[in-house]
Amino acid sequence: MPRLAGPNLERAKETIGLYPQARSALVPLCHLAQEQDGWLTPEAIEHIAELLGLTPVEVLGTASFYDMLHTEPVGRNLVGICTNIACLLAGAYELMEHAEESLGVSAGGTTSDGQFTLEELECAAYCDKAPCVLVNYRFFGPVDNAGFDQIVDDVRAGRLAEDIPPHGTLSRVRREGGLQVPADEIATQRAAADTAKRRRAEEKKKLEESRSADAAATAPQPGGQPGPASGGAE
Amino acid sequence: MAGAPLTDTRDYQRPEAAPDADAVTINVDGRPVQARKGELLIAAAERAGTYIPRFCYHPRMKPVGMCRMCLVEVKGPRGFALQPACFVPVEEGQEVLTQSDKVRKAQDGVLEFLLVNHPLDCPVCDKGGECPLQDQTISFGPGESRFLEEKRHFEKPIAISELVYLDRERCIQCSRCTRFADELAGDPLIDFIGRGDQLEVNTYPDAPFASYFSGNTVQICPVGALTASPYRFRARPWDLEQVESTCTTCAVGCVVSVQSSANRITRYLGIDSDPVNQSWMCDRGRFDFEAVNSEDRLSQPLIRRDGQLVPTTWGDALSRAAAGIEEVRKLHGPAAVAVLGGARLANEDAYAWAKLAKAVIGTDSVDAQMGDGLPAELVLALPQATIDEACGADAVILLGPDLKEELPVLHLRLRQAAVERKLPIIEITQTATGMTRHAAVSLIHRPGEAASVVRALTDPSGAASSDVAGVPGPSLAAARDVLAGVARVVVVLGRPSLAESAAAPARAAVALATAFPQARFLSALRRGNVRGALDMGLAPGVLPGRVGLNQGRDWFGRAWGQVPPERGLDASGILDASADGRVQALVLLGANPIEDFPDRRRAEQGLDGAGFIVAVDGFLTESSQKADVVLPAALYSERPGTTTNLEGRITRLGQKVVPPGVAWPDWMIAVELGVRLGSDLEMDTLAEIRDEIEALAVSHRGITEELLNTAAARDGIVAPLGRATSEPAPAAIDPMSDPGIGAVEHHGVKATAPEPGARRRLVTRPEGQPPALLSLPDAEGGSGSGDPAPPDAYSLRLVAGRKLYDGAVSVRHSPSLAGLAAPAGIRVNPYDLDRLGLHSGDRVRISAPRGSFVLPAAADPGVPRGSAWMPFSQPDGGASRLIDSAESVTDVRLETVQGEG
Repeated sequence: MPRLAGPNLERAKETIGLYPQARSALVPLCHLAQEQDGWLTPEAIEHIAELLGLTPVEVLGTASFYDMLHTEPVGRNLVGICTNIACLLAGAYELMEHAEESLGVSAGGTTSDGQFTLEELECAAYCDKAPCVLVNYRFFGPVDNAGFDQIVDDVRAGRLAEDIPPHGTLSRVRREGGLQVPADEIATQRAAADTAKRRRAEEKKKLEESRSADAAATAPQPGGQPGPASGGAE
Repeated sequence: MAGAPLTDTRDYQRPEAAPDADAVTINVDGRPVQARKGELLIAAAERAGTYIPRFCYHPRMKPVGMCRMCLVEVKGPRGFALQPACFVPVEEGQEVLTQSDKVRKAQDGVLEFLLVNHPLDCPVCDKGGECPLQDQTISFGPGESRFLEEKRHFEKPIAISELVYLDRERCIQCSRCTRFADELAGDPLIDFIGRGDQLEVNTYPDAPFASYFSGNTVQICPVGALTASPYRFRARPWDLEQVESTCTTCAVGCVVSVQSSANRITRYLGIDSDPVNQSWMCDRGRFDFEAVNSEDRLSQPLIRRDGQLVPTTWGDALSRAAAGIEEVRKLHGPAAVAVLGGARLANEDAYAWAKLAKAVIGTDSVDAQMGDGLPAELVLALPQATIDEACGADAVILLGPDLKEELPVLHLRLRQAAVERKLPIIEITQTATGMTRHAAVSLIHRPGEAASVVRALTDPSGAASSDVAGVPGPSLAAARDVLAGVARVVVVLGRPSLAESAAAPARAAVALATAFPQARFLSALRRGNVRGALDMGLAPGVLPGRVGLNQGRDWFGRAWGQVPPERGLDASGILDASADGRVQALVLLGANPIEDFPDRRRAEQGLDGAGFIVAVDGFLTESSQKADVVLPAALYSERPGTTTNLEGRITRLGQKVVPPGVAWPDWMIAVELGVRLGSDLEMDTLAEIRDEIEALAVSHRGITEELLNTAAARDGIVAPLGRATSEPAPAAIDPMSDPGIGAVEHHGVKATAPEPGARRRLVTRPEGQPPALLSLPDAEGGSGSGDPAPPDAYSLRLVAGRKLYDGAVSVRHSPSLAGLAAPAGIRVNPYDLDRLGLHSGDRVRISAPRGSFVLPAAADPGVPRGSAWMPFSQPDGGASRLIDSAESVTDVRLETVQGEG
């Protein structure tokens, strides 16, 4: 089911409703589609564009910017090994070599059973436990070769299913609350803010007009008398 | 009748036109520079003569500050710091350094960085020689690169549309193209994909950049990343000759640079004419020059001998044409001669032909509109608006065709005003259009009932809250709210659908003019120089200079010696009269009624009935093939002259190539025919024709050859003089914004100015009071009755509109465009499709009393229930075979084709 469907479509519509501009829901919707399919399928991109009133290329442009959004298929589990300085010094290259050998794929590749995609990470901010490994953005560290094989075995056997959801799921906790502030209150506040903004603009305009009138009346001098800010305020 | 003139309202776009209170003084490199509040530093400095290098900045788009080329030192609270000049607005007392060591180092660094991945393939790059990257690297760059590594590689070039090729290796990520596509064209079909060193511009896979404005991205690309397929590898910029001219593909009249090499047109570039096209063009206008170059052009006169059209000499062909016309005139009177067409002609041609028809032949049955326009007297009588006035109005009422399809650059201008200025547009339309998403309110109504919508809209009581002509009451109320209390209303008036008669929009226009006495009208008639042809009297009931036949009778009687005694027939009447023998001789002046008249059968009967046909054309069309004499005409870019756009703005046509074979400009053909009909039109040069127009045409008083040749007239002169005097002086051409238009020869000046000592006939104005311009009470707004009865339950009411790429001659003969014409089809509301038991994609039989044929049907929620939309003329067919122009509306029935449903 490549398009957003069922409860996911409902969630998408709810998410869009949370923002004054539909386009703001773009990244959340990409995550939602990735949660559904494990990656951002072309059909999902087109569906998101449809829901937000964008063109597919605008969705693709945004999605391709972010590392956590995948526009190519990835395995059910995304295994990342950090190779930045702290992990590197702690043996990340050796760990990467071992991982490639034991999974049988090079960095960026997916195992033939579709279970694992291996990727090289930039710093994941887990330097105190270097070298670190992320499985679907859940942290492990420090990890040695045996530890890596153990993690892979555990994930494969489903022993970590409680801790690690399939790739794409950011959180298994659903926030079902919707808008915490009633919509009409938001509308009221927004209207009040707009009125205030208009009033400030009018006051500013009046101020400038009186200033230029002053400037015209007296001799032209820089930074003349500020005019009275009266009239506009209620 | 004319309302109070609107004040100039371009301030929102042109900060320098703002009142003096906004003046600020800044200091650039120690020099005081006057600027306007809100103006960008880069623009203020440039106006004062300090050029700051740039790539991403384009004066017609919002700044982004992406390329960093324009870094300058600006003094802030903590001293001077580098800031992008395209992103910093001027402020009083601001101090700026553009030449300091720090700035030079920044420029060096930015250019070195931009060149890191740029392939130095300038010798094989189309942009080489006119490339902002090349030019600015030489002027501001370090001269050497420290980068020794491998540059990035992409597959190249890739076609991102039928017309545009993309070379991602050359791209410097300035985002001019993506911003244009999004901000201005409203077709965000290209975008940045990826990031970092893998950032690339691209389309969505299998979703080409199919925008009507895609050619503009090629024009503004500051490197050779985007190239146009019709121009790729055709020429080197330094081999091109260029002249400033006006595009006559539609009536917007975009100012263009025509560029040629070895007597073939190689490309058009849009020139930044502030009041008209602001440097943009549509792709049809940009690329249909291929038709001018076409091998299929008529290059010599043809006459019919033994049933066949055979080549002959001009003398022979002209004598034969004159003899045929003379014979009919003698036997049946001058009213038995009629002239169809003329919207292709330049103003001078149109005037010469109007004089030939009305003064020499003596017929008033002349019509430049192919039954696809509006009554000439109405168009000429309504108080006219300019595009700027429409964009700066308080509200615009759009009552016309889908501008995106028919007048694309007008669409661009109005869309920009709607998006940036929140210009409220009220659209009175029969289906959703390209403007619908930007309109404040779209009143989608049943065909033929626009006048009722207008009445409901302008009902002073405002009480009508029920549905009118299919428009929901709440929509009408919303539109009334928008219009409540607004002072400046501009109505964009054209022919919304060819499947209804012109009476419906005409009645609506009169109702609007009555309800909004201050309103101005911008014509949305689409044919190239239709406005100029009407101004020059190529329509029944009018004479040159926007005067009525009766009002101008004395004046032109004295000047011309003769004026037709009574009003003649319009295109529809001419074709009917020709079918039943009242008109015996027909002149087709670049007219192709069989394909362009809304009612194809009537056009065919008319041409078949005519005893003698003379065709003046650039191509042998379906209509000119039926002629007895075919005279080859020079097309635009092949002849100098002037043209008039939909604002009534007169601009220059430049000549850059010579016509094929022995083709002539149309005015010469008129003069020579006049001689053979026993009358000297007294026109030896274009300058003489313009003198005569200036002397006799009241609306063109004062618009002299000399005035048109001044630099101030570069953006054109709106007739009559004094209508739009507040226009700023034309801007200098900016080779960094629009590379390739370096120094355009001021068009026409050299080509057409009279030689020193050349004799120029003195045209004397006749004595007596010149006639008054047409005004509304003189004009008959179409005397149709009320609304047509609603269609029966089994029928759908047809809406027929044109697509930008249609079956027109200029598209058909342009190889790059011909393939873009979409196949014909019928679009129906999903509800009706369901009700009729049809499915989207089914081939259906479409039947009307006139005939029937089979086309695919598609569901389209933009078409209201009870209506159906069809293209008027695509290469594989269109609505003209179904329309009966004698009926006020056209109803069709749809049924599944057996075996294919």
